[in-house]
Amino acid sequence: MRGSPDMLRADNLVLPGRLAGVGLTLRPGEITAVVGANGAGKSSLVACLAGLLRPLAGAVLLDGQPLSALPPRHRARRIGYLPQSPEVAWDLTVETLVALGRLPWQGAALHRARATPDEDVRAVSRALAAMDLETLRHRSISRLSGGERARALAARVLSGEPEWLIADEPLANLDLAHAAALVRLLRRQAHDEGRGVIVVVHDLATAMNHADRVVVLEQGRVVADGPPGEALTNALVSRVWGLPARWLGEPGARALALDDLG
Amino acid sequence: MTRLNLVILVALLIALPLSLLAGRVWLDPFHPTLANATVILVELRLPRALLAVTLGAGLGAAGGAMQGYLRNPLADPGLFGIAPSAALGAVISLFSGAAAWTLPVFALAGAGGAMALLGLIAGRESDGHSGGGSVALFTLAGLMIASLAGALMSLAISLAPTPFALSEIVTWLMGALTDRSWGDVALAMPLTLLGILVLRLAGPGLDALVLGEAAARSLGLDPHRLQLLLIGGVGLTVGAGVAVAGIIGFVGLVVPHLVRPFTDRRPSRLIMPSALAGALLLLAADCLCRVLPLVTELRLGIALSLIGAPFFLALLLRLRRGAGADAGLA
Repeated sequence: MRGSPDMLRADNLVLPGRLAGVGLTLRPGEITAVVGANGAGKSSLVACLAGLLRPLAGAVLLDGQPLSALPPRHRARRIGYLPQSPEVAWDLTVETLVALGRLPWQGAALHRARATPDEDVRAVSRALAAMDLETLRHRSISRLSGGERARALAARVLSGEPEWLIADEPLANLDLAHAAALVRLLRRQAHDEGRGVIVVVHDLATAMNHADRVVVLEQGRVVADGPPGEALTNALVSRVWGLPARWLGEPGARALALDDLG
Repeated sequence: MTRLNLVILVALLIALPLSLLAGRVWLDPFHPTLANATVILVELRLPRALLAVTLGAGLGAAGGAMQGYLRNPLADPGLFGIAPSAALGAVISLFSGAAAWTLPVFALAGAGGAMALLGLIAGRESDGHSGGGSVALFTLAGLMIASLAGALMSLAISLAPTPFALSEIVTWLMGALTDRSWGDVALAMPLTLLGILVLRLAGPGLDALVLGEAAARSLGLDPHRLQLLLIGGVGLTVGAGVAVAGIIGFVGLVVPHLVRPFTDRRPSRLIMPSALAGALLLLAADCLCRVLPLVTELRLGIALSLIGAPFFLALLLRLRRGAGADAGLA
């Protein structure tokens, strides 16, 4: 069924060598983890969902409308995207960096539905608060720790107040505590603010314990999709990652044991 | 207007009338003794000062925009090959011994040719696969245009028909504002102002690019529109500058550096102060050329490189020592 509102839908996406017909319907208010081995097509999938890659066949539909038909600025207001290993060219302060997320709302003076400077300031403050960055507002990013920097970059996406938040490996290079903090803040965006959050993660335990839904990709196809406990079964993990693996512990605090590393 | 812009503007407004007094013949505003002081002032020094301000503003703005676009503090407006192409046009005019008034026309045609070529390269369809709209490819294309124009210029020099033509070409390439007229002002000023306006329109796109190309596109940036704005803005400012004064280096490279620490480091906020500071720098440098007691007047292009190169070396050393926040993150 096409045209369901408030949905981000991937319809049989094909990208040669990367995606071999991916279909997904994503819902707001949920945090979805996209997992898979290296080269499985995770980054390509989320870049398509963000409207940055145009699939060779198939389409991404936002509220039933093809994403490619939406003007880039309008798309940017609704879908925020945090690229893998994001870069910042100049040594901005945290506040200036976060304010860059307001660009889709600013632009040409004659533009209709343009945000007022007050709205921009409030949105930046909300984004800083959401990522626990108020005290670091005026610090330059070269003086942030890795965890603070990751939160500042996430706040940059949040300041645009998009309905959809897509992040390609935001937890890479973060230690356990900082990764957990960022995951907690992203979950809050989904559950309290009602955004649709889509995150590419490598750590299966993070996906298992914190996501509402897990999508497993293998060679450009979805091989499992559902609540973490149902999608990430021992058998599936063992097959897709090619290692005999089994989950230990209680739901919500699972750890993955690899049986045969010797 | 920000406080930074205001401060530089005030300095410029003070420096401009003062610069009119300086030169081989010093003018005393309170006791005018020279009979032809008015002629010197109105026909020689005023157009020259206005040209220095115009060209400096254009080069400063173009340099600020280029550093923003390439996300690199070492970028300068010459990288797109527009300045060498304009110079090639001028060299062809000198080479062929055509009338003097054809030189700016040939130079503007050279700049226009480079802009058209860059526009064609930028206009390649981008579907996200072929790398169209990519900063790196575009810049490489600009570098190739620059090196081609440079080679053709060297060819023209080596084939110069007479020693006189040779010396004329070489001297012209050094860049100067000597003996310029109101006609040159009328040519360069409107083009440069238009160019700065176009560069200002590129500001939000340059800000988005701070986050890298993928994030910039996710913010709604149209990479082709940004490229076309840059080609237009850099082409107009640099083309107009080369057409009336030859190649003047270092302004576009150094000025954004001087100004950046006083801004919030967003490229859009760098363009206007770079324009104003570039105007001030070129005005001061041209005054220096006029008053230095040399047999013939020091060429402006040489003077700027003489001051600029050691300054820039010092800056690089300091960047390396001081953790190099900007360079390190670039």
